[in-house]
Amino acid sequence: MYPSRFGYEAPKTVEEAIAILDAHGGEAKILAGGQSLVPMMKLRFASPEMLVDLNTIAGLDFHRVDADGSIHIGALCRHEDLEKSEVIKKSQPTIAAAASLVADPIVRARGTFVGSVCHADPQGDWAAALTALGGHIVAQGPKGTRDIAMKDFVIGPFQNTLAFNEIAIEAVIPAPKGIARGGYLKLERRVGDFATASVAVSLDMVGDTVARAGIALAGVGGRTIDATAAASVLNGKKLTAENISLAAAAVAAAAEPRTDHRGSADYKRQIVKTFVERILTGLATPSQKAA
Amino acid sequence: MALDEIKIGGLGASRRRVEDNRFIRGKGNYVDDIVLPGMLHMELLRSPVAHARIKSIDVSAAWEVPGVRLVLTGEMMAARNLAWMPTLSYDTQAVLATDKVRFQGQEVAAVIADDPYIAKDACQRIVVEYEQLPAIVNPLQAMAAGAEVIRDDKENQEGNKVFDWEIGDKSATDKAFADADVISKMECHYPRSHPSPMETCGSIADYNRATGKLTVYMTSQAPHIVRAAVAMVAELPEHMIRIVSPDLGGGFGNKVPIYPGYVVSILASILLECPVKWIEDKTGNLISTGFGRDVYLQGELALRKDGKILGMRMKTISDHGAFYADAQPSKFKIGLMHSTFAAYDIPAAHLFSTGYYTNKAPGGVAYRCSFRVTEAMFFQERMIHGAANDLGMDQAEFRRMNLVKDDMFPYRTAFGFLTDSGQYGKCLDIGMKAIGYDTFQAEKAEARKRGKLLGLGISTMTEPLGAGNSREYDILGIKMFDSAELRIHMSGKGILRTGAMNQGQGHQTTWAQIVAHELGIPAEDITVEEGDTDTAPFGMGTYASRSTPVAGAAVAMVARKVRAKARKIAAHLLEVSEEDIEWELGRFYVRSNKERGVTIQDCAMAAYSNLPDGMEPGLENNAYYDPPNLTWPFAAYFVKVEVDPETGVWDVLKVVAVDDCGVRINPMVVEGQIMGGLTEAYAMSSMQYQTYDEEGNCIGSNYMDYLLPTAWETPGFELYEVVTPCPHHPIGAKGVGECATVAGPAAFVNAVVDAVGHTGVRNIDMPMMPNRVYEALQTGKDISGMPPVKMGD
Amino acid sequence: MTSLYDEVAPTPAADVPTRRITLNVNGEDRTVDVEPRLLLAHLIRQGLKMTGTHTGCDTTNCGACTILFEGRPIKSCTMLAVQADGHNIETVEGMASASELHPIQEGFKEEHGLHCGFCTPGMMLAAKALLAENPDPTEDEIRWALSGNLCRCTGYQNIVKSVLWAAKKMRAESN
Repeated sequence: MYPSRFGYEAPKTVEEAIAILDAHGGEAKILAGGQSLVPMMKLRFASPEMLVDLNTIAGLDFHRVDADGSIHIGALCRHEDLEKSEVIKKSQPTIAAAASLVADPIVRARGTFVGSVCHADPQGDWAAALTALGGHIVAQGPKGTRDIAMKDFVIGPFQNTLAFNEIAIEAVIPAPKGIARGGYLKLERRVGDFATASVAVSLDMVGDTVARAGIALAGVGGRTIDATAAASVLNGKKLTAENISLAAAAVAAAAEPRTDHRGSADYKRQIVKTFVERILTGLATPSQKAA
Repeated sequence: MALDEIKIGGLGASRRRVEDNRFIRGKGNYVDDIVLPGMLHMELLRSPVAHARIKSIDVSAAWEVPGVRLVLTGEMMAARNLAWMPTLSYDTQAVLATDKVRFQGQEVAAVIADDPYIAKDACQRIVVEYEQLPAIVNPLQAMAAGAEVIRDDKENQEGNKVFDWEIGDKSATDKAFADADVISKMECHYPRSHPSPMETCGSIADYNRATGKLTVYMTSQAPHIVRAAVAMVAELPEHMIRIVSPDLGGGFGNKVPIYPGYVVSILASILLECPVKWIEDKTGNLISTGFGRDVYLQGELALRKDGKILGMRMKTISDHGAFYADAQPSKFKIGLMHSTFAAYDIPAAHLFSTGYYTNKAPGGVAYRCSFRVTEAMFFQERMIHGAANDLGMDQAEFRRMNLVKDDMFPYRTAFGFLTDSGQYGKCLDIGMKAIGYDTFQAEKAEARKRGKLLGLGISTMTEPLGAGNSREYDILGIKMFDSAELRIHMSGKGILRTGAMNQGQGHQTTWAQIVAHELGIPAEDITVEEGDTDTAPFGMGTYASRSTPVAGAAVAMVARKVRAKARKIAAHLLEVSEEDIEWELGRFYVRSNKERGVTIQDCAMAAYSNLPDGMEPGLENNAYYDPPNLTWPFAAYFVKVEVDPETGVWDVLKVVAVDDCGVRINPMVVEGQIMGGLTEAYAMSSMQYQTYDEEGNCIGSNYMDYLLPTAWETPGFELYEVVTPCPHHPIGAKGVGECATVAGPAAFVNAVVDAVGHTGVRNIDMPMMPNRVYEALQTGKDISGMPPVKMGD
Repeated sequence: MTSLYDEVAPTPAADVPTRRITLNVNGEDRTVDVEPRLLLAHLIRQGLKMTGTHTGCDTTNCGACTILFEGRPIKSCTMLAVQADGHNIETVEGMASASELHPIQEGFKEEHGLHCGFCTPGMMLAAKALLAENPDPTEDEIRWALSGNLCRCTGYQNIVKSVLWAAKKMRAESN
């Protein structure tokens, strides 16, 4: 309940924040929503020397859809902003479905999307969703910005590829090739529980045909599982019952679950398979279902 | 004219609660809200491992932290003969470990500092060298040949057994089994659960060297027991100890035992001569304080083909953790486990119980349960469910056939309890109608077509509350009575103090209603106080649903004593003899002329101003109530669930609760208690438990792993009442605090097992997490939840 | 926060940097010096001596410490006190006016929405945030909005009723 001592800076610009990170050579941590970091500090699982608070930097709390259809989510965009967002509801069904399943409503009012992705919790919802969407992180460091694709961003449990003096200032979801469809299902034992297993699905549809399928999983591996390769069996196909089962089986095979008190590895795989089937079946148009 | 009892907030009034006025304004007064001048803060260092020899403890770095005032270890406690303390079950428990640590989270050292942040900093700098020993996390490991002896501190302790104990008529039971047409068996594990009130435990010890008086503000459901225990342990005289329990943020049994943190804070205050506050963190509360359950249950029913139960035998193996610290007052080693089947007419029964030490936190009966009654009733209803199925009989009809009938009271159970009243069949009927029992099979078939599995579960029970009569119940030799003191001021308003201790039950509101019922004084004119041992009469506290059965009876009795004196005053005022006086609510009148009367308020004024010659002034009294018997409320619960066979996820469709807790003082409060209990029943059946891995690490050490349901998962409840007054309680009440936690879990389990029963599954251990339900469906086999939990793959 | 004198601690905690912050609490500006590690919940309870905000767990689950931060509900144990600099917060102590309870407070009393009272302040503030956005919520919407706040006593059904009671009264008052 009582964090260790640390230094605290509340910079006014991203550049200032980067300079502070740079000066502390890896001993400083970024504080955005703080809904994962502060609990870890209270339990003293984390004891950073310096906290760099982004909350005093103006202009990072945005989320918007650009003219090209890409979606941009700023470093201080809270979960709740996405949950209540009309533009997200209209344009990004995977994010819309996941937004209300992140943590609990009070945590959602403070926690941030980008912070959650950076936290790289293997059970985290947003890292899975952004991976399924083929998104990337915009990282800003002393030498400018670079884009890091999600598949290269999360490399292990609670590990991302940001340099110590870089800040993830934005997450980007690329414009869909066609119509964006998708869904998110999570098996949690109660609100605020971590995922026993969850499945994020993103489909770009052209007519009845899948132009691009992205699927990612949380809770069933040592890190966010990118099952996009397995989902690619759907590319160029229609969402027939047969194709759905093929995809579900392939995605379930890509999961790397461990047996623990939440269930056996086999059980978690079964959940993945069921959730993939349920999301895809829900997305299939009536004519496809009939086929 | 007689008063309208409901209008004055008497029995049966859903009076809005007095205590709410402070709580809704954020003006409650919990222990952590209290700040004393010069107060220091204490933090405990706990063992990270479950079983290890302590090789060394180096506290030097902790002393160097600026702001640290004292660092205490077991060695320093031992120098004052305080390294060990007695438990409520006549065992000993380490205060701060000296030789070994015996469970993860055991108290090893304490730091007292200017603020809790600094105390925590210093705790982290204490270096303890542990030599790890194999951890024992269930009784099977504990009883294995060659198992490490956990309690090597005790002379003559050879293995890890705590006790063997039996009750019942073995030969009569064996005969019943020999005569049986069918023998139905059941086996399960009732998992370890933690009461987990929202507020953790804590204390502020304030020793005043000048007066020699020790005041301790603390989270206790039984402040007088604490005073008695502190007097024993600290060797201070009782009048120099004042225990104050302010508002408690829930208790549920967790705040009955005496914990090392309290004792260490007391010693620290004595050594430092200033107030020392200790507030436990949530992890400390979950991994070290009084848990509930953790019992393996095996049983058999001897059945006649027509459904009659001829006999029952049962074996329990209980896991007590590292110290036998059950907070239970009976002379029975396994508490009231033998109250099992008390609602059923069974000629012969036998129970054999064994208890073991393990490398887990001590405790064992606390948690909204009258001393193992929860396990007893749960297992009873699981066995009944299995037996009805084995006989191919309807669940409700099998129960109806075997339940004690209304005309059989008083009824002596096979284990010797005397139940006194009830209308079991009526409760069953009401519940069946409300749940839609008659149409359920059709509904179930219909759901099957949608790919969903419906299940209906029933649980019926009577449980013994209100421990207890002085022949069989005591704590540390103190009899289990309770008490009340009532003083009526000259204005006719008054103050009532009892030996119980509210922790959310609403005593401030409901005790005044009993006074209103007995004296006709409006409830709002009565102040209620509890929890301060300097002012409250000696009482045994609040747990085991004993407040209304025992302290509530004392309130009625003291009010009657006051009324008896008022009657004499009334006779004086009315100038007639006492025999010519009649009483109606709030007023004495002359029998021959009802118009001529005096109110209770008139009598109160006269008690201070106009007394008959020779009468002692004042209008006050006290009562100590030793209950003649336990009270026996009855409950019939019905739960309907829907299981998703592809995931094992189950949803509750409907919960119907029929409760007969006798006369209801405040129906609103009673229903609140029932809904709270049902929620904990749902929690235990679905998600809430503590388990351990092979190394003795507790899974369920914080709210990320120890899951309490939120408003979202918790189902809605439909409540019904039947009132059969208790024949021996002064106002006919039976107590209700725990009925739903006790009877509820089996209703949920029976419902889910019913839904998946077509696979041959007879039992799924709680919590019935989706993975367990799915596995049961896939394998058709019973699912055991016994630790250690399997990890890996 | 004025006093006639401040005693200098005999062993000053070595070189602990503090920051001076000003925050508006229930409509009143308060200026305090805090260590960066001080949690907002602890500032409110110990520093500002408003003990209606409770701390129930260590892991940001229970919601007993819920307050309103710029009108949004947050768990004050999961925010640093320094982060409140320049911001408005509302605690349970700010709900009632001198003469009147807030309808949510009345609702909790009328519908028996509390037993031990420990979770109540957080519950009421979460409910207040909900009703500000959605004056006529369904039972499910209330259950959803309160699912970040744990109650161990009531079973929630009466909490839901309390919020419905308050919503009705607030709608009537605003008409």
